[in-house]
Amino acid sequence: MAKFEKANSIGEWLDQRLAIETLKKVMNTEYWIPKNINFLWAMGMVLAATFGILVVSGIFLLMYYKPDTALAFDSVNYTTMTEVGYGWLWRHIHGVGASLVFLVIYIHMFTGIYYGSYKRGRELIWLSGMGLFVAFSAEAFSGYMLPWGQMSYWAGMVITNLFSGGSLEAYGLVEWIRGDYVPADAFLTRFFMLHVFLLPLVIIGLIVLHFGTLRIPHVNNQDGEEFDYAEAAELYKAGKVKESKVIPFSPVFLSKDVFVMGVYFILFFYLVFYHFEFAMDPVNFDPADGLKTPAHIYPEWYFLWSYEILRPFSKDLGLVLFAISQVIFFMLPFLDRSPNVAPASRRGLFKYWFWILLIDVIVLTFMGKLPPTDALFANIGLVAAVLFFVLWIALPFITKSEKKL
Amino acid sequence: MGKDVKGRRDFIGMALGGFTALGGIGALYAMKRSWDPLPSVKAAGFTTVDLSAAEENVLSVEKWRGKPIFVLKKSADMKKDPRDVVVGSDHFHVSIGLCTHLGCIPAYKPTDHKFLCACHGGEFDASGHEIFGPPPSPLEIPPFKIDGTTLVLGEAGPEYKKMLDAGLTV
Amino acid sequence: MKELKIFGIVAIFTLVLYWGVEPFAHSQMHKHVDSHGFAYDGTADIAEAVTAEKNDTAEAKKVFWGDVSKISALKGDVAAGEAGFATCMGCHMEGGVNMGGVIPPVLDHAGAIYDKNYLIALIKDPAMATNVDHKYADTSTHPMGSIKMMMTDDQQIADVVAYMMAKKAGEVTTKEAFSEACGRCHAMRYAKTTQLGDTPTFKHEKDTLAHKIKVIDEQSLVKAYMGKLPPDLSIIIRARSAHFMETFVENPQGQMAGTSMPRVGLSHAGYEKVHAYMTEIGDPSKPAREALGPWVLLFFTVFTLLAYFWKRSMWKDHY
Repeated sequence: MAKFEKANSIGEWLDQRLAIETLKKVMNTEYWIPKNINFLWAMGMVLAATFGILVVSGIFLLMYYKPDTALAFDSVNYTTMTEVGYGWLWRHIHGVGASLVFLVIYIHMFTGIYYGSYKRGRELIWLSGMGLFVAFSAEAFSGYMLPWGQMSYWAGMVITNLFSGGSLEAYGLVEWIRGDYVPADAFLTRFFMLHVFLLPLVIIGLIVLHFGTLRIPHVNNQDGEEFDYAEAAELYKAGKVKESKVIPFSPVFLSKDVFVMGVYFILFFYLVFYHFEFAMDPVNFDPADGLKTPAHIYPEWYFLWSYEILRPFSKDLGLVLFAISQVIFFMLPFLDRSPNVAPASRRGLFKYWFWILLIDVIVLTFMGKLPPTDALFANIGLVAAVLFFVLWIALPFITKSEKKL
Repeated sequence: MGKDVKGRRDFIGMALGGFTALGGIGALYAMKRSWDPLPSVKAAGFTTVDLSAAEENVLSVEKWRGKPIFVLKKSADMKKDPRDVVVGSDHFHVSIGLCTHLGCIPAYKPTDHKFLCACHGGEFDASGHEIFGPPPSPLEIPPFKIDGTTLVLGEAGPEYKKMLDAGLTV
Repeated sequence: MKELKIFGIVAIFTLVLYWGVEPFAHSQMHKHVDSHGFAYDGTADIAEAVTAEKNDTAEAKKVFWGDVSKISALKGDVAAGEAGFATCMGCHMEGGVNMGGVIPPVLDHAGAIYDKNYLIALIKDPAMATNVDHKYADTSTHPMGSIKMMMTDDQQIADVVAYMMAKKAGEVTTKEAFSEACGRCHAMRYAKTTQLGDTPTFKHEKDTLAHKIKVIDEQSLVKAYMGKLPPDLSIIIRARSAHFMETFVENPQGQMAGTSMPRVGLSHAGYEKVHAYMTEIGDPSKPAREALGPWVLLFFTVFTLLAYFWKRSMWKDHY
C-alpha cells in the first residue's frame, strides 16, 4: 500500500486518495481545446445538458407512471398532469427536451460533416456519435410508447411491423419483439424497461466513449488546422495566452459553453411554457384504440426524413433503402476519400454536396409529414429519396477528385 | 494580468454561480412539491363511521388512512373514561388500533375487556390505557368529529380538541 | 461578425424546418372549415346538400331555414311562452330518463347557452336543426320528433323561445353549461362525470359496481342510438385544435361529414363557458403555467447576460 501522510485539508485528503488535482487538470484546466472555434463547438455540452434535463424530468415522471395498458394513459394525463405538484412541468420539459435534443443532434452532426471532423484519426468520434444518434432514436421511440395514446399505439404497430422484413414475412420476429400479437401489455412493459433502464445505460456508456474518442485526436477547429498541442499548451501555461492556439476546457471554453447554453435555455423554456404542442402531438391525447387508426399518422419530426425514404417505394425496396439510410451516415468517414480536413466551403464539389444533402434531408422531412395521397408531394418525395442515394453514391467519386489543399 | 482585473472576473463568475444556485433552489422546490402526497390522497383522508349500528362489547374495526380504527361500544359494566366518545348516553372507545410500542394490532378479548398485543405482550384496557408490558402510552385517538350518530374521522371536532388540550392523546 | 452569420444560417434552417413540419404540414393535412361565429341560419347545411347533389334536401332546407327566420322576426310573448314551455318540462327535467337513445337535456340555462334561432329551429324540426336529418327517413322519427305535432303554431314557438331567452338565461357555471349541452352523451372521467351525471362515492364496492352497471346500461342506449359511444371529453381540449373544436361544435357535419353527433346550437357565450370547463378539466395547469413562465424566462435571460459577461472577461486576453 502507498504511504499516506496526514492531510491538512479535505482537498488534500481527497487528493491523496483520488488524485483529484490530477483529475482536475486532465479533465478541466489542462484539457486543451483549440481557440479557433465558433458557437457550434458548444453543441456537445448543450447536448449533455439536455440529456441531464431529460434524466431529471424523467425521474419525476417515473414516480407516478404505471406501465400497464389499462392505467398508463391516465397515470400520465390525469395523475401526473393534474395531481402531481409540477407534474405538468416535468412532462412539458421532457416532451420538449426529447424534440430539441434531436434538433441539437442534427446541428452537431451537420457541423461535423461541414468541418470534416470525422476524417482520419477522428473516425471513432464520428462512429460513437452515430451510435449515440441510434441510441437516442431508440430512446425517443420507446418513450413515445409510454403515454399509450393513439400515436403511441400506432407507431408501435407500424415500427415493429418493419421487422417482418417485407417479403420475408418474419411475423414470428415481430411477435417476439412485441411479446404478443399486437402491441399490448407485454410490449408496453418491455419498452418501459428499455426506456428507463437499458437504453439510458447504453447512452451513458456511449457518451463516455464519445468523450474518450476526442482525447487523442483532439477537437477539430474552424480551419481543420493541424498543430502541436503540447507546444501550444506550453505556450499557454507560460502566460502567452494570446499567442497560444489553445485554451483550457475550464474555465475558458466552458464560459462560452455556458453562454451558449443560456441562449439555448431561453428557447427551451419558451417552448416549454408557450409552445409545447409541436412536441406533444394532439393525437396522442386520444387513448390508444386498437380498432381505430387515426386519420393522419406520422412519426415525430426527427424521424420524418427516413420515414419518407420508406414510403415512395414498393414494400421490399422501401425497406431495404430505409435500412441503408439508417446506417449510411456511419459510413461517412470511409466514403469521403479526400485527404483534406477543411470546412466544406474550401473543398470544391464537396461544398455543393453538403448543402444539397442538407436541403434534401429537409425536403424529405417536409414530405414525410404530408399526406402521401397528394401526387405532387409524393413525386417530390420520390425525387428527394432518389437524390439522397445518388448523393451517397457520388460521394467517393467527388471526394476522390478533390485537390489536395 | 492585473490583480483587480482578476478580482472583477471572479466576481462575475461568482455572481453567475450564485444566480444558478438560486435557480437550483427553485428547481428543488418543484421537486419537493412533486414528492408531496397527492391532493386526491389528502381528500380521501376522511372516513365516516356509523355508530348507531354498534353492538355493546363487540369490537368493530374500520380503515382510515390505511390504519385500523377500533370502535368499541361500552356496556354498562365497563368503566367510563374521559377518553370516551360520547354520543347521547352511549360511550364509545375509539382509537387507532396500533400498539404504541412498535405498531402491531392488538386483539380484543371481550371477556376481560382488554386489548392484547401479540408481538411483545403489551396490554391496554377498554379505554386504551396501557396496563401491562412495554407500551409507553395509551392507544392514540384519531381526529374525529361527531355528526349526529356518525363519526367523521380525519376532521377535528370540538370533543377531539378538548381531549387533545387535556393531553389525553397526541 | 462571422459567428453571427453562422448563427443566422442555423436559425434560418431551423425555422424553415419548423415551418415545414408544423404550420405547413397541418395546413395541408386538415380540411379548412370556416367558423360562422355561432350564428345559425342554415347556410352551411344548404351548401352541404348542394355539394352532395341532393337537390330535394337542399330545397327542403332552404324552406325550413326560411321559416325559422320568419319565426325569429315574430315578437314572442314571454307570459304566453311559459304555458307552452310546460309541454317541454314533461321530458326535459332534472333526473330525466333515457328516451329513445338519450336523456333529454335539462333546460335550466337554455337561454344563456343556446342561440335563439337554433332553439326556434329545434322546436320546429329537431332533426333539421341538429343537421342529422340524414339519419332519419322521416324527420319526425327523431327522438324529439313528436314536437312537430305538439307545437305547430309559429307564434307559439316564438313565445316559448322568448320565454327561454328571458327566464332561463340566469347565471350559468361552466360545469352546468357543459353538462347541459354535452353531458348526456359524453362522459368526462377526469371530472368524475358520466352520462348519468356526477359519480357519487360509495362506501361499499357493491354500490360502486351497481352504479357502474347503471352507467354501462345508459352508455349502451346512447351507443345504440349514436352508432358508437361518444368519446370521453376529459382532455379533448389537448387532443384537438381550438379551431377544430369551435367549428366542430358549431356544425359537426362540416368537419366530419356523416357523423351522428348532432349540432347542439351553442351561442358564442355558451361555447365560451363549455370551452372554459373543458380547459379547467383537461388542462388545469394552464394558470400555473402562465404564472410561472415569465419568471423562468426572466431567470434564463439574466443567466445568459451574466454568462455573457463572464465569457467576455474570460476571453478578453485571448486575442
